[in-house]
Amino acid sequence: MQKALVSVTGQDQVGIIAKVSASLSEQNINILEISQTILDGCFTMLMVVDIAGARENFDQIAARLNDTGKQIGVLVTIQRMELFAAMHRI
Amino acid sequence: MLEANEILQTIHMIQEQHFDIRTITMGINLLDCHRNTDAETAECVYEKIVCVAGKLNQTGNDLESELGVPIVNKRLSVTPVSMISGSDPAKIADALDRAAGEVGVNLIGGYGALMHKGGTNAEYTLLESMPEVFANTKRLCGSVNVGSTRSGINMDAVRKLGSIIRRTAELTVAEDCFGCAKLVVLANAVEDNPFMAGAFHGPGEPECVVNVGVSGPGVVQRALEAVRGQPFDVVAETIKRTAFKITRVGELVAQEAAKRLGVPFGIVDLSLAPTPARGDSVAYILKEMGLEMAGAPGTTAALAMLNDMVKKGGVMASSHVGGLSGAFIPVSEDIGMIEAAEAGCLTIEKLEAMTCVCSVGLDMIAIPGDTSANAIAGIIADEAAIGMVNNKTTAVRVIPAIGKKAGESVNFGGLFGYAPIMKVNPFGNDAFIERGGRIPAPLHSLRN
Repeated sequence: MQKALVSVTGQDQVGIIAKVSASLSEQNINILEISQTILDGCFTMLMVVDIAGARENFDQIAARLNDTGKQIGVLVTIQRMELFAAMHRI
Repeated sequence: MLEANEILQTIHMIQEQHFDIRTITMGINLLDCHRNTDAETAECVYEKIVCVAGKLNQTGNDLESELGVPIVNKRLSVTPVSMISGSDPAKIADALDRAAGEVGVNLIGGYGALMHKGGTNAEYTLLESMPEVFANTKRLCGSVNVGSTRSGINMDAVRKLGSIIRRTAELTVAEDCFGCAKLVVLANAVEDNPFMAGAFHGPGEPECVVNVGVSGPGVVQRALEAVRGQPFDVVAETIKRTAFKITRVGELVAQEAAKRLGVPFGIVDLSLAPTPARGDSVAYILKEMGLEMAGAPGTTAALAMLNDMVKKGGVMASSHVGGLSGAFIPVSEDIGMIEAAEAGCLTIEKLEAMTCVCSVGLDMIAIPGDTSANAIAGIIADEAAIGMVNNKTTAVRVIPAIGKKAGESVNFGGLFGYAPIMKVNPFGNDAFIERGGRIPAPLHSLRN
């Protein structure tokens, strides 16, 4: 298991979850958890994923997700989960 | 499990509040590169650095991509060059500059000397070479330690450095005297500082080591916006909590970088290091505390608390805290300090008071081009005295703007920013500086 956090932010529209999930699925990345809210009209989705089985390296995964985000006009980033654990858990 | 708001807080720190890892600095011992001639030493230095630091840049880039935290600089620090140089240290300077370019780091520190009690022939030769070296190299930085709490102040070195700084400025007039930004004069220098221009790999350090400097004045400022009007107890607590979070990321990056590079982890330097970007300013934190501008009455107290709370919050977050750790107050690299200096709110004398309670000293301050070498030496002596008596690191990095007067400005670009030229007290000190010799260590140096 190698956990990472995918964050998606931008203007809400039809199909954001579908398209980001499809991109992850194509790369053989398993989704472990999803949370989604609308903050001040801004769509915000956080996905915890497992990249252990991914076909490509981290840079390539990030680039593909970035491309997917550009196609639908939202910002998609991926970061290793350790960052958040380090900052918020002792 | 982490809460969504915690995750979003981290993301906002990075995307909106300029949180970053300011530098991963690899320290490399060069004592084993000493050969019969400086030319041979230079060759050995080049080969060792290229071999040891070859993976540093890529490792930094990989970590930046995986964690999504900007790692702004990858840098090197080396053994003070005067410990391995002879009659022609410029040859080694050239090798260091080329090696830094080859491995892809933006700065390399260590072209300097530890002269707090006295200078060797090699050290004085190196000092003399500094103006030409800083004019002819791109990435090389240097520092000279002229005093310490244990040994007093070497006033011969102080006097010499006044004229070295002036000559460096004269040789780099075309770049707004930028050469002086690469030279810092220290008292109580630390051996594991990852920040430039004062980074060097001290003689007490291991063969090779990774030190990390974190930053994030914007994050602290934003956190304080939420507690406007509340007492200092609340302000202090807020700074501590923020510093803890920032430092935890520094610790993660430091441990991971050390593991990947196969090099011991040294320290995390938990400094608030500003940049000229809006929202990345230490002066704006002071403003958020309630001062109209940095320099207003109360500034020293505000800075003292900020500096202390950064340490208290950060120290629990890392297994080894070191370096300079605290709040930096450079003028040209901090938009709030630039504005305060331009408005006449911030003077060199106030900055001097602030250096009693900040992490380092008078940093990146442009002074009039007609400031004499002895006046510069006097400024250095004053700072060194503050460091010596208060048992803290102090520094002087001033830029005499040749051909310009107070009120004009110099522009270095990038992280070095721009600086309004500040007025220097015009009264003389020649007879004082020309005495030379050594100011004895203070009484409290006798601690055994």
